[in-house]
Amino acid sequence: MAEEKKLFKVKIDNITVEVEPGTTILNAARTIGGEVVPPAMCYYSKLQGSGGKCRTCLVKVTKGSEADPRPMPKLVASCRTTVMDGMEVANITSPEVLDARKGVVEFLLINHPLDCPVCDQAGECDLQDLSYEHGVSGTRYEFKRRTFEKEDIGEHIKLHMTRCILCYRCVFTADQLTNKRHHGILKRGDASEISTYMRASLDHTNFIGNVIDVCPVGALTDRTARFKNRVWFLKPVDAHRECSDPKCCGKVALWMRGDEIFRVTARKDKYGEVEGFICDTCRFEKKDIKDWIVEGPRKISRHSVITAGHYVGVHKPQETVMKVMDGRSPRLLMDIHSVSEVNMPQVDLSQIEGPAHSTDFPTKKGDQ
Amino acid sequence: MGRKLLLDKAHIEGIRYFDVYRKNGGYAAAEKALKSMSPDQVTEEVKKSGLRGRGGAGFPTGLKWSFLAKPEGVPRYLVCNADESEPGTFKDRYLMEFLPHLLIEGLLISSYALGANTTYIYIRGEYAWIPDILEAAIAEAHKNGFLGKNILGTGFDLEIYVQRGAGAYICGEETALIESLEGKRGNPRIKPPFPAVKGLYQCPTVVNNVETLAAIVPIINIGGDEYVKYGTGKSTGTKLISACGNLNKPGVYEIEMNISVEEFIYSDEYCGGIPNGKRLKACIPGGSSVPIVPANLLLTTAKGEKRMMTYESLNDGGFATGTMMGSGGFIVLDEDQCVVRHTLSLARFYHHESCGQCSPCREGTGWMEKVLKNIEHGKGKMSDIDLLWDIQRKIEGNTICPLGDAAAWPVAAAIRHFRDEFEWHVLNPDEAQRRNFGLAHYADPLPVAAAV
Ligand SMILES: Cc1cc2nc3c(=O)[nH]c(=O)nc-3n(C[C@H](O)[C@H](O)[C@H](O)COP(=O)(O)O)c2cc1C
Ligand code: SF4
Ligand code: SF4
Ligand code: FES
Repeated sequence: MAEEKKLFKVKIDNITVEVEPGTTILNAARTIGGEVVPPAMCYYSKLQGSGGKCRTCLVKVTKGSEADPRPMPKLVASCRTTVMDGMEVANITSPEVLDARKGVVEFLLINHPLDCPVCDQAGECDLQDLSYEHGVSGTRYEFKRRTFEKEDIGEHIKLHMTRCILCYRCVFTADQLTNKRHHGILKRGDASEISTYMRASLDHTNFIGNVIDVCPVGALTDRTARFKNRVWFLKPVDAHRECSDPKCCGKVALWMRGDEIFRVTARKDKYGEVEGFICDTCRFEKKDIKDWIVEGPRKISRHSVITAGHYVGVHKPQETVMKVMDGRSPRLLMDIHSVSEVNMPQVDLSQIEGPAHSTDFPTKKGDQ
Repeated sequence: MGRKLLLDKAHIEGIRYFDVYRKNGGYAAAEKALKSMSPDQVTEEVKKSGLRGRGGAGFPTGLKWSFLAKPEGVPRYLVCNADESEPGTFKDRYLMEFLPHLLIEGLLISSYALGANTTYIYIRGEYAWIPDILEAAIAEAHKNGFLGKNILGTGFDLEIYVQRGAGAYICGEETALIESLEGKRGNPRIKPPFPAVKGLYQCPTVVNNVETLAAIVPIINIGGDEYVKYGTGKSTGTKLISACGNLNKPGVYEIEMNISVEEFIYSDEYCGGIPNGKRLKACIPGGSSVPIVPANLLLTTAKGEKRMMTYESLNDGGFATGTMMGSGGFIVLDEDQCVVRHTLSLARFYHHESCGQCSPCREGTGWMEKVLKNIEHGKGKMSDIDLLWDIQRKIEGNTICPLGDAAAWPVAAAIRHFRDEFEWHVLNPDEAQRRNFGLAHYADPLPVAAAV
């Protein structure tokens, strides 16, 4: 007869749960769900050794355990602190935690470029969500922000180091999913950067593309999809295929507009983590709908921006132009896409210094 | 004359070499420990001595040793932390340069007590010439049967290796040191697990400071009970203090922890006072990471007692009015020094040395430096002082390793005690470029605290 496992009782923000010994406070909170779950920018349940770095998941342990009820002297990283029986934790009920978290968000943002308007991650960016939910609107930072040159690391991946929050997820991914890691952190302190040694490319393995999915910000983006579309204009569709690589789960989200697949990613859960890792062939090369068996539209629960325009059962406002114009349809003076090249593949917004200007986009007629 | 336990023979010509060291009573403690004591008895003796770690935190060494996990069949390691990179601290260097055999004897006894057969000395890379001294001494000890296989016929084996760091202060933090020793990037580990359980190569490991390990020798020689008779209260034994700044006689001093701070600064036996008849303005008594205090609080505690060179007395008053013994890097500032500028140099140091793993320290240290630079160069605003306070508050306690705290404390203490000087810089930006704030009221006698 199997012996019954002893479960630990933990109280998080006055809600009691029972979890297995060895569970972290963060994962215990995730079994409760909702607001009491601390935000996690660096921890990734599928990557061993991740977590502990960003400090957004700090919580206060108000009672250590039944056996030793003393509170812990400092705030602890909930992603790396395991529960004890009888532990009591304060997250959103502790002003101290909320204050510290505000501080962490501020620290993460002082050197961030805030270039969301031209960033492909916008709309599905953990840092955007974090700042929206836990940060303040203004900044007290008055200095020049840290910048790096953009880098193509390999054929498919763009590294935009300026946006990186140094969560180390991509390093763990490369370590644990590919046969050989070729990138890591160079230098130290706020000069640290993700890079490849001697600018080597990352094309050597079939799983490196996953670094794009684990990156919480827009520091690693898919070069086959960069600047093609905003995520909220795309419709995520669950699909799968028989992939010949046994390590690839073959289950993906296709980001579509009409019949066109703009981007293939792994499927992400509500904490922004992938359900299963996928190979580079599925990600970068299968951009034809015929490659895939479509399962249906993907439910997006957390990243509300993406769901914009994809409401279920909504009533669209009635088109009134025809009525106003006595039944005539309006005559378009121009189609913006025939005039501007801003959405054309040959335009690389990242090559443009500073804010884009109309002169950066010559019109078709070549009058400029 | 204060009694000495570590440097008592430092003046002897050629003490660096085995023969001279041995002739002057060297390796007697090792013989005593290995031949007549069990490892547990050695640990017991260290516990009795009340020795506290000399690397900065002051954690009782015997207790630390007793935490070491001892699973069957798993090697254990002793690592000697010789990374000494804290600004103001240069005592370990002195020990290693002049008394390498004292350290090796200490390592031998400690390894025996801990059951470690491999021991590493991780030494600061900038101490480029010292590994040669240590390696020569190790070779001599080998030749004379104090290292290697079956030492003194007791069946105990020990090898000591010297590993040079590559110039990072953070590699003095024990888990970063272990990572670096393993050949990885020197990022501090997230604890738990602690090194006592999973340290070097995931094996139980003790990391101790050079001076701590050297102090094991006199403890075994005279016995823990006798060692306690040196010093005061929980500050037993002697401590090396590296004194620098505005002093007539800067240098490394071994003090018995029963003298006052005033005596240490002004007596001719120690630092011999402040040059050119200048007056004392402020002091950082324990290396750059501990809070700076103004002269009046340095010499007397808020309770009006004489401040002594002991762990407890320096800490008296906590962060509000006290400071810490730290690693014993005693930095003295006279009336001509600018606290703002001084704080800026420390902030620049911590910014430069942050490993960059955790966001508060990576981003906060640089931010503090930039704000301080503005204030120092006459571009500061009044609100910057509160901003600095808030930044340090948000770093402190929220980071992976204590470097974050170490970066926050000097800024906090400078603002706490020298706020007027910061404000003067903001209000008189031009004048502040030309002259210093001076002594002001920082040496005025403290109002005697009214009994509550
Ligand atoms: C940033 C940082 C730097 C440190 N540098 C040193 C050092 O250079 N030498 C040292 O002995 N301890 C240093 N320490 C303290 C060590 O982590 C550790 O506490 C010490 O080696 C333990 O030895 P002890 O118990 O003998 O004092 C440092 C700690 C931190 C956080
Ligand atoms: S590139 Fe992305 S995943 Fe990698 S450390 Fe930076 S933020 Fe994290
Ligand atoms: S506190 Fe600073 S030095 Fe320590 S782990 Fe964090 S970033 Fe690195
Ligand atoms: S998620 Fe816990 S520290 Fe980053």
